[in-house]
Parts: sequence; C-alpha cells; structure tokens
Amino acid sequence: MVSRLTLQDSGLRLLSALLLLAVWQAASLSGSPLLPGPLAVARALIDDLVHGDLLSDLGYTLARVAASFVIAMAAGSAIGMLMGRSRRIDGLFDLWLVLGLNVPALVIIILCYLWIGLNETAAIAAVALNKVAQSAVILREGARSVDRSLLQVAEVMRLPWDRVLLKAYLPQLYPYFMAATRSGLSLIWKIVLVVELIGRSNGVGFRLGLYFQFFDIANILAYSASFIAIMLAIEGFIIRPLERRLTRWRT
Amino acid sequence: MNALDIAIARKIYRKGGRDAVALADFSFGVPHGQFLCIVGPSGCGKTTLLSIVAGLDRDFEGSVGRADRARIGFVFQTPRLMPWLTARDNVRLALYPPPRGEGRAEALLREMNLGGQLDSYPGHLSGGQQRRVALARAFVNEPELLLLDEPFTSLDAPTAQRLRDSLLALWAKHQPTVLFVTHDLREALSLGDRILFLSAGPGRIVLDLPIELARPRLPDGPAVEAARKRLLDTYPQLLAGLDKQKSAEDAA
Repeated sequence: MVSRLTLQDSGLRLLSALLLLAVWQAASLSGSPLLPGPLAVARALIDDLVHGDLLSDLGYTLARVAASFVIAMAAGSAIGMLMGRSRRIDGLFDLWLVLGLNVPALVIIILCYLWIGLNETAAIAAVALNKVAQSAVILREGARSVDRSLLQVAEVMRLPWDRVLLKAYLPQLYPYFMAATRSGLSLIWKIVLVVELIGRSNGVGFRLGLYFQFFDIANILAYSASFIAIMLAIEGFIIRPLERRLTRWRT
Repeated sequence: MNALDIAIARKIYRKGGRDAVALADFSFGVPHGQFLCIVGPSGCGKTTLLSIVAGLDRDFEGSVGRADRARIGFVFQTPRLMPWLTARDNVRLALYPPPRGEGRAEALLREMNLGGQLDSYPGHLSGGQQRRVALARAFVNEPELLLLDEPFTSLDAPTAQRLRDSLLALWAKHQPTVLFVTHDLREALSLGDRILFLSAGPGRIVLDLPIELARPRLPDGPAVEAARKRLLDTYPQLLAGLDKQKSAEDAA
C-alpha cells in the first residue's frame, strides 16, 4: 500500500515536470528571444559545460555555500544553545537576534565588502552573517524544549560530559539541526549568488550578471537550471538520508 | 558506618510563586545493604527526597552523607529512556567505558524477558517493557545505592510481582543499599527490612518501623496481611491518610 502510494507520487512528480517542460516549450514557440525553449537552453548548457566555465563556476559557488554554511551553522547553533539555556544571555542578546533577522541581506553584503574589502573573506562573512541569526533562533527553540529529566538520568550515571552531550543532549536537538540545515541551505545559496554578482569575478552569480549585461537569456537559464539541479541533488542524496538516519527511532 | 546519613533541616519548594515546605526536620541513617521502604501519601516529598539523596537536587538546608563515588542506580517514576537509543543501548549507556560485544546488558534484558526486544526503540515497547528496560539500566552497573521511585505502579499484578522478585534477587546477590518509595503498604511490607512512614506535606517521619517477617513474603500473603492489620490497628491516625488513599484507589 505504502509503496504503491509512493510509486503514484513519483509518477505524479514526473508528470508535473513534463507538464512544466511542455508549457515552457509552448510559450517559447513564438520565437521571441526573451524566452528560448528547453532545447535551446539544453544546447547552451552543454556548450557551457564543454567549452565554457560552468564547472569551475559551479565549484566556486558550491565552495562558498559550503564554507558559509558551516560557519553560520556552527556559530548560530552555539549562540542559540547558549541563549536557550540561560535566560540572562537570552535577555542580553535577544534584540541582536531580532536585528540580525531583519537587516536586509543586501545591507549586510554591502557593509561587509566596504569594511573587509572586495575579497573572499568578505563574501563568505556576508553570507554567513545573513544566516547566523536564523539558525540561532531555531536552535534556541530546541534548547528551550530540552527535556531535563533525560539529562538527570545521565547525571545520576555520572557520564563524562562528552557522552552526556552525544547521548542525552544533542539527540534532542536533531530535529532543530535538520530544520536549520534545510532552511539554511536554501537561504544561503540564494544569497551567495547576490554576493558573487556584487563583488566577485567568478561563480554562478558573477556569470549570471555577465549574461544579464549581454541579454543572453539561454545561458542565464542554463546556469540557473544546473545550479538548482545540484541543490536538489544535495537535498535528495545528502540531507534527506541524513535526516532518515537521525530520526530512525521515530518510525 | 552507615551507607547513608541524611539530615535535612528544610527543603523549600517554589510552587506558583509561593514557597512551600516539602520536607522538614528529616533525619535518618541507613546501614549498608538495608532495604528501606519509604511510604507516604502523594505530595509528601518522597520523590524530592530521592532527588536529594541522588545529588540531583542540592538546593536544601542540611546534609546528605554518602560515599562520594558510590555507584547509584535510579529508577524514576517514569521510565525516562532515551527514545533514540535501542533497549540494549539504553542499558549499556550506564556502563562506562562502553563495553564491546554482548555482555551484562544483554544478559539482564534477557533475564527480564526482553531478549526479543534488544534492538527495539522505546517507542515500540509497551509501558511495562519500558519499565523493565529502566530497571535493567539501574541494575546493570551493580549499584551500591539503588533508588526506586514507585517503580511498579501501573503494571499488571503478575508483571509487578515478577519484577519485585528480580529486584529481591539482585539485592540478595549484590547487597546494595535500597531506598524504595511507594504508597502501597502491602508492597512495602513484602519488600523492606524497614519502613519509614511520612506525613503529608511538609513531609516528616512519623514512624520508623523495622520489619522482621521471614522471607520470601508475598504482598497478598497472610503474613503481610496480618502485619498490615496490626499496623493499622496500632497507628490508626498516623496511617489514616495513607489507607484512605489506598481504599480510594481500590474503589477506582
């Protein structure tokens, strides 16, 4: 029953993708240069792949996504856990979080470039800063909901602190880590493109800006499609299996 | 020397913004290897007392004397298993350093009739099975001090009796000092070397009673029943609250 349902599900998904392609194809039939059809985009994509810089651009962008994601998750989680644990720290920094959540990404990006310089450090710092507040808020919620009675069990056993962390504390936060990871990745890769557009000379964002100036819509779509495909693959092949592993006990 | 020397002058509880006294003028000693039952109506501070003895609650006036590094086994009122660990890993958690391969944890779980559930997560176990895992976890490191907080409530009578038997077997084997909290007088009479009776909050010791019935005893056997009758006749006021509660439960 379950497997038939998922089969039906994936069938629907395939149908939906084909439908999108068909609508796109139909809309492009007018021959307007504003909307090249799927085939023209596919040709551009293969051309970028073989003769262009698509691979290296994807590499640069992914490296920036990874670096800023790791920094933002580590810093945000630590801040969030501290704030969730201690009312005093929470009261002291709550305003900062609200500020961090509401400063427009563009402002942070511009300020980082102005303060740090037009370099890689500024680019990654700008992206990470945009995400820190969000992961801190999510992990704070998690730390607040921690079940102290389970920590008492570990305390009675006199477990060393690293075992308490691994076996009694962090597992309670897994759902929050996963939520922060999900929303974080989708936020970060969008901001990375803006950072590259404004202040870098490689990467997907930079190349999109270039094609924008050349009015080259086929290549803009080709770059977008390849990057979206990679992010979907990361979701499907890394995040989702990881989540299944961490929450196996719930099923 | 006693295994435990407890002298609690006062334990205050904050409840709804107001201070309430949970325990007052509380002092007793427990010799090594004694099986001490603590009986009292609900809300008399029994659970608080165990938390203080275990060192989980340090916010009280007074002192608890016990060997600092004594291994403690604690069976809480609810099983408190880690939901993300299998039954086996929940029990092995108490063993440090973590053992390799099969060992005491598995043997204990099999002894408790959980051989088929070694790799089940707590969410897949029944309430009774979860309680048994919690017992195995408290037993597995051969504690010198075993604290149990109404461990057998909400179990069916045969299961509860089987678990009482394994508790007594463990106690006979390793001779830990046991503090067993219950509100069931029959259970206390069938298990303990000695019973402390507490009054309703703030909890005070109203009677310290040695039990000298021959073992093994059954909670619904004639010896226990006779001792209970005698007790209720001798101390009608002291135990009035307790017995009322008991009969209310029987009626329910």
